[in-house]
Amino acid sequence: MIAPAKSGLNLTLKVWRQSNREASGEFKTYELSNISTDMSFLEMLDVLNQQLISRGEEPVAFDHDCREGICGMCGVMINGQPHGPDRNVTTCQLHMRRFRDGDTIVIEPWRAEAFPVLRDLVVDRTSFDRIIQQGGFVSVNTGSAPEANSLPVPRVKQERAMDAAACIGCGACVAACKNASAMLFVSAKVSHLSHLPQGGGERASRVLGMIGQMDREGFGACTNTGECEAACPANISLWNIAVLNREYIRASLASNVQ
Amino acid sequence: MSAVVESPTKILDGKCPTGDIAMRWETRKRELKLVAPNNRRKFTVIVVGTGLAGGSAAASLGELGYNVLSFCVQDSPRRAHSIAAQGGINAAKNYQNDSDSHWRLFYDTVKGGDYRSRESNVYRLAQLSTSIIDQCVAQGVPFAREYGGTLANRSFGGAQVSRTFYCKGQTGQQLLLGAYQALMRQVTAGRVKMFARYEMLDLVMVDGVARGIVTRNLVTGKIESFAADAVVLCTGGYGNVYYLSTNAKNCNVTAAWRCHKRGALFANPCYTQIHPTCIPVSGDHQSKLTLMSESLRNDGRVWVPRNKDETRPPGQIPEADRKYYLEEKYPSYGNLAPRDVSSRAAKEQCDAGFGVGPGGQSVYLDFAAAIARDGESTIRAKYGNLFEMYERITDEDPYKVPMRIYPAVHYTMGGLWVDYNLQSNIPGLFVLGEANFSDHGANRLGASALMQGLADGYFVIPYTIADHFARNLAKKKDEKLSTDHPAFKEAVIESRNQTEKLLSINGKRSVEQFHRALGKIMWDKVGMARNAAGLQTAIEQIRQLRQEFWEDVRVMGSPDSLNQNLEHAGRVADFLEFGELLAWDALQRDESCGGHFREEHQTPDGECVRNDQDFCHVSAWEFQGAGQTPVLHKEPLEFIECPLTTRSYK
Ligand SMILES: Cc1cc2nc3c(=O)[nH]c(=O)nc-3n(C[C@H](O)[C@H](O)[C@H](O)COP(=O)(O)OP(=O)(O)OC[C@H]3O[C@@H](n4cnc5c(N)ncnc54)[C@H](O)[C@@H]3O)c2cc1C
Ligand code: FES
Repeated sequence: MIAPAKSGLNLTLKVWRQSNREASGEFKTYELSNISTDMSFLEMLDVLNQQLISRGEEPVAFDHDCREGICGMCGVMINGQPHGPDRNVTTCQLHMRRFRDGDTIVIEPWRAEAFPVLRDLVVDRTSFDRIIQQGGFVSVNTGSAPEANSLPVPRVKQERAMDAAACIGCGACVAACKNASAMLFVSAKVSHLSHLPQGGGERASRVLGMIGQMDREGFGACTNTGECEAACPANISLWNIAVLNREYIRASLASNVQ
Repeated sequence: MSAVVESPTKILDGKCPTGDIAMRWETRKRELKLVAPNNRRKFTVIVVGTGLAGGSAAASLGELGYNVLSFCVQDSPRRAHSIAAQGGINAAKNYQNDSDSHWRLFYDTVKGGDYRSRESNVYRLAQLSTSIIDQCVAQGVPFAREYGGTLANRSFGGAQVSRTFYCKGQTGQQLLLGAYQALMRQVTAGRVKMFARYEMLDLVMVDGVARGIVTRNLVTGKIESFAADAVVLCTGGYGNVYYLSTNAKNCNVTAAWRCHKRGALFANPCYTQIHPTCIPVSGDHQSKLTLMSESLRNDGRVWVPRNKDETRPPGQIPEADRKYYLEEKYPSYGNLAPRDVSSRAAKEQCDAGFGVGPGGQSVYLDFAAAIARDGESTIRAKYGNLFEMYERITDEDPYKVPMRIYPAVHYTMGGLWVDYNLQSNIPGLFVLGEANFSDHGANRLGASALMQGLADGYFVIPYTIADHFARNLAKKKDEKLSTDHPAFKEAVIESRNQTEKLLSINGKRSVEQFHRALGKIMWDKVGMARNAAGLQTAIEQIRQLRQEFWEDVRVMGSPDSLNQNLEHAGRVADFLEFGELLAWDALQRDESCGGHFREEHQTPDGECVRNDQDFCHVSAWEFQGAGQTPVLHKEPLEFIECPLTTRSYK
């Protein structure tokens, strides 16, 4: 049933510290002792910050909000892996029972040109919002919707749309990619909306708009290494990138014809 | 110094339309004045918050042609706390042919709220619920569907019909992304200007009318102000006054509290909801609590061992030795009894020594019967992600071992007082979503918060805000108010001073320590069960803690940088004032109703005893200074369509 209380972990943390966007950062080393294995990774960072404050040092800045794996606010590189060693898990849902006594843990922010570091582990991901602004929506004003059941949607389509729509926009896919490509993020939205009849009318403009913005933001090209899928905490499949490519070709051909 | 003139107690008027309840919203819409399309861009609206309420409001107002400024504390509007809602959203579509209707949703909501909400508002909510589903489907929200392609429903606590629409266990996420995408579309259209990582610190009033806000840029630390023709506050609930809650870590009372300090009335702060199905606390490091959606109660059975000294693992305890206390006590609703009732029942079992797990602070939520009946794959399809989350956090597999759950603070029904038009007592300040008090009375039914947030944002504010512009500002629409006005300058200086003060104390205890200490007082004495002596002690202790905070808090870093410690300090400072009001309201409301349970007022088997004679009203408090007794204003409540009766789920 309930596991007997294990004794706490002693850990060495190497944490990226950077005071602002312009500053150059560096790793600082901190020792922690007696960390409960029931703690979440962020609770472990809370303990570190508590200690830093009591020593009169500035706490480590890191983004977080829901601590339930859904808001996409948290996310750091843990020993070189976005959100750490577990598959399908955000940083906030990673638990310390995944680590061993005596471990050294290296903690860094996402590294990508399109995600500048604002402080310590906090990065600026507004580039994702600007991509959505270029067509990641259905143009329907409030009040003009038809009756919800007037347009049946086959369950398989709805389920595929839902799987793609589950993207939490955390940016782990970008951080995992050697080219810092945002293809998985963009493909999730394109795939979500292209599976539904409601999204059909704007398929072409959506994919062209979003890809265009992705390029302008400085995200890299996709070379199909699949690191993004492995790092994704929301189980977004590479298959969506295939959908995206198909949508893109379809839209480009149509615009060439025009 | 001049003598303090105490504001006289007022009887508040919710300004509801009269007549046939089904026609009241129509009546009001006829009375509301309009702003012509070509004039709308001359009006600027500040919308604070981008959750379901704020996101839907900002997008809809942008579509109408207003000039919208949208603010949120997260790095993107898509991350508002609404994203975490799991279970679903109610709507009276009656797709299941099980006799649902506007009236029934209205009735369930009024009854669920234990007869402490406003009938007119609730009826409108039930009417608008159906348009919400239409709108969300059109946006591409991937609601669950039947094989034939039509929309599916599930049932939720406090209802005997299936009217809850859902997207797996991520309904809030999908609804919020729908609103967010609509909002992003308006950013591209140039109608909405987005200010993410901005925190509202104050409300600016000019001639008694809300005309702007003061904000801190959370990246640069710059404190500045913005002017507008109306302020729409959609800043969510105050559950984090308890420190541990299911709310996201950034949820706060700051925006609402600062409006309160500027004169906005705070209504029914003591109405807080404790959710029955949360993962129990695992240790002192606990930083937040995780909800297990109420939808699990559709298939999970809640029980505790019949014997206090039970030592067998749950799977080996035979049926005869299990107490399915909800099914036994509430046969017609069983495991789907409303939240307040279910939470108290769990506490009752644990207090009586029947609890399980470490410290006996949990009860079982068991899926064995459902798995045997429907097969593991069916259960996995319905709740897979919730089961995974449970296992990740607890290291126990709920397919094999029953979940262990315990109640936790989840939602706050109280909030800023608003009239039927969702306008506070300050003209030009509108309050939507969880931040207002309006629709849920003393207890909210599951899947109704998402409904209310979206009803307020998509379908109420677009109509009522126009009336404010047309009536009060039509003549001024061409004069632009500037932030050079002294009211703005003074408010900015006040906010800067507070920031500097927090940084200058340099005491010994961290903000986190103060927040935890406050949370403990609140949970122990102002939590699931309250009594007069405990509330009085809580008030004393909160005052003491607040004093210590201002003498001994240590806030690190500088004002002009990204400083999360400073952000937290400002929020905890407000919680330390607000917590006292919450306890005070709980002390004054000398009855039990919904989520407010006063031990002095209960039946022999532990049910709420209301006092309709003395407390059938909204308590709206007026600020008189921190630590000063606030002034009570009352809005009497009338129950004509749903006559007052004792709520029973038996
Ligand atoms: C775990 C969980 C599950 C839930 N599940 C359900 C469910 O299944 N069904 C249901 O109906 N309800 C559910 N609820 C309740 C529901 O999610 C919330 O009541 C609702 O989402 C609140 O929406 P909102 O728009 O009012 O506020 P929020 O979503 O809380 O948004 C608040 C916004 O205000 C901003 N803000 C706050 N303070 C400031 C400030 N000072 N300055 C600037 N911006 C600020 C924030 O950035 C945010 O954008 C759930 C709640 C929780 C905690
Ligand atoms: S904090 Fe929300 S996903 Fe981790």
